[in-house]
Amino acid sequence: MPDMIKTEDIAFRYDEDHPYAVDGVSLAVQKGEFVAILGANGCGKSTLAKHFNAILVPERGTVWVENIKTTEEERLYDIRQKVGMVFQNPDNQIVATVVEEDVAFALENLGVPPDEMRQRIDVAMEEAGILKYRHRQPHKLSGGQKQRVAIAGVLAMNPDCLVLDEATAMLDPRGRDKIMRTVKRLNKERGITVLHITHYMEEAAMADRVLVMENGKIAFSGTPKQVFSQVEEMRALHLDIPQAAELCEKLTAAGFNMPRGVITAEECARLLYEKLTGQAALAPKEAGL
Amino acid sequence: MLRDITIGQHFPGNSALHKLDPRLKIMLTIAYIVMLFVGTNPFGLLLSIVFLFVGYMVAKIPGRMVWRSIKPLLPVLAFTAILNLFFMAGTPVFQWWVITITWQGIYYAIIMAVRIVCLIAGTSLLTYTTSPIVLTDAIERLLSPLAKLHFPAHELAMMMTIALRFIPTLIEETDKIMSAQKARGAELDTGNIMQRIKALIPVLIPLFLSAFRRADELAMAMECRCYHGGEGRTRLRQLHITKQDIAITLGCVLLFVAVGFSGVLYTRLTGFA
Repeated sequence: MPDMIKTEDIAFRYDEDHPYAVDGVSLAVQKGEFVAILGANGCGKSTLAKHFNAILVPERGTVWVENIKTTEEERLYDIRQKVGMVFQNPDNQIVATVVEEDVAFALENLGVPPDEMRQRIDVAMEEAGILKYRHRQPHKLSGGQKQRVAIAGVLAMNPDCLVLDEATAMLDPRGRDKIMRTVKRLNKERGITVLHITHYMEEAAMADRVLVMENGKIAFSGTPKQVFSQVEEMRALHLDIPQAAELCEKLTAAGFNMPRGVITAEECARLLYEKLTGQAALAPKEAGL
Repeated sequence: MLRDITIGQHFPGNSALHKLDPRLKIMLTIAYIVMLFVGTNPFGLLLSIVFLFVGYMVAKIPGRMVWRSIKPLLPVLAFTAILNLFFMAGTPVFQWWVITITWQGIYYAIIMAVRIVCLIAGTSLLTYTTSPIVLTDAIERLLSPLAKLHFPAHELAMMMTIALRFIPTLIEETDKIMSAQKARGAELDTGNIMQRIKALIPVLIPLFLSAFRRADELAMAMECRCYHGGEGRTRLRQLHITKQDIAITLGCVLLFVAVGFSGVLYTRLTGFA
């Protein structure tokens, strides 16, 4: 599998007097992977993300996007088409006054002919689930809907990779859930690589791999199970662990033997049911849930 | 409540005037203004009024909307009329102390007032039947030939679009900040004018700060979507001039020419210039 994004010992600081915001990060993200990036505020997550589509160029080290170096200025728009970015505040990334025109914004910039543009935005809006709002004004939509407009705007470029920079941070639980389902589906069905920066551990638990950052460095990485089993280390970095993992940890501490690496609520509930009743739990479908 | 705010005075509809190509609409409005200043005789003005009347009928815009757009300009209207009334030389009708009113004064006061009302109602017809977004689009396209002379047509239109996009957002934000300051004991609705202006400072500063932050983030989001100015840009919304548009335009142009020449006719008939 070729790497979608690869970085080699990159470092970046906003100002010479400031410490490095990203300090020696080497990572490789494979095509089709779903990677979550965690870390406390100011640990360099967002700064790192901005290197993935050449918004920032590292002071030291190299970033490759599908084997294109982000320092190659003549390929800048190729890189930005391959790696789409969605930011935290949905209000501040919508440019046009009508939903469908905003979705078309990137294609207008790229000089795509109007007929092809029409087709591509229709597909993108369908995929983001906002086709029915196409003629609405963005400021009349909810936060989650606006964020899906932003995702559609990026999808219209047919990107290979989606970088979500705390894209769920300002949303209510329902909006967040909808975004996560959309992103997960794009990852599974269209094979779009997803890099998801988040503060929500439940979202990180959905990823294939979790990277934990601290002081501009990658503190540790692994599957969600591996990462969230390291309860003490996570706490030391001021990070939470998913509620299910926390419950299991507390139960274990209280002398109730729970297996390690339980991170989702469903798994935890099933285990508890089995422990308490002594019978195997029914799959949610059979139980009529 | 604030979320439903509409910008400008667009009056949505589905009439021939609403559907008329916005570029033609702007051109026709400009032609209409020019015509108002050329056809300064009662015949011409009568035709202009009939034209407006038909326009408003076709667009199905209620008369009170016209009144609404004229109302704020009543002082200007009164001022112009009075100026014409008192300071026009000619045959006096009424004389008292230093005030002299002449026939010519009365005539020009009426002509002037009618002309200004037509001007306002005519330009309002454009904004009533065209949404600000479409208007922006049309302005960009009309100005685009000037881009060759380094006139920033696209940049201007982009600025207008972003302004239109962010006005509701910023209004909402102002509302939020005002509530937040009130919750901290700010008195925004009491005191004399100076006190009220001073009380607005703690509202304006956070508003400006946040507007700058928004601008910064928006610029980055635009860059992420490959924005690089107007060069090589295509548009989703294409404007098409239909046969109906051409017919309407030709009709209007004919009328405008008629109004332009009505002055000659009027002078011939009455000998009154």
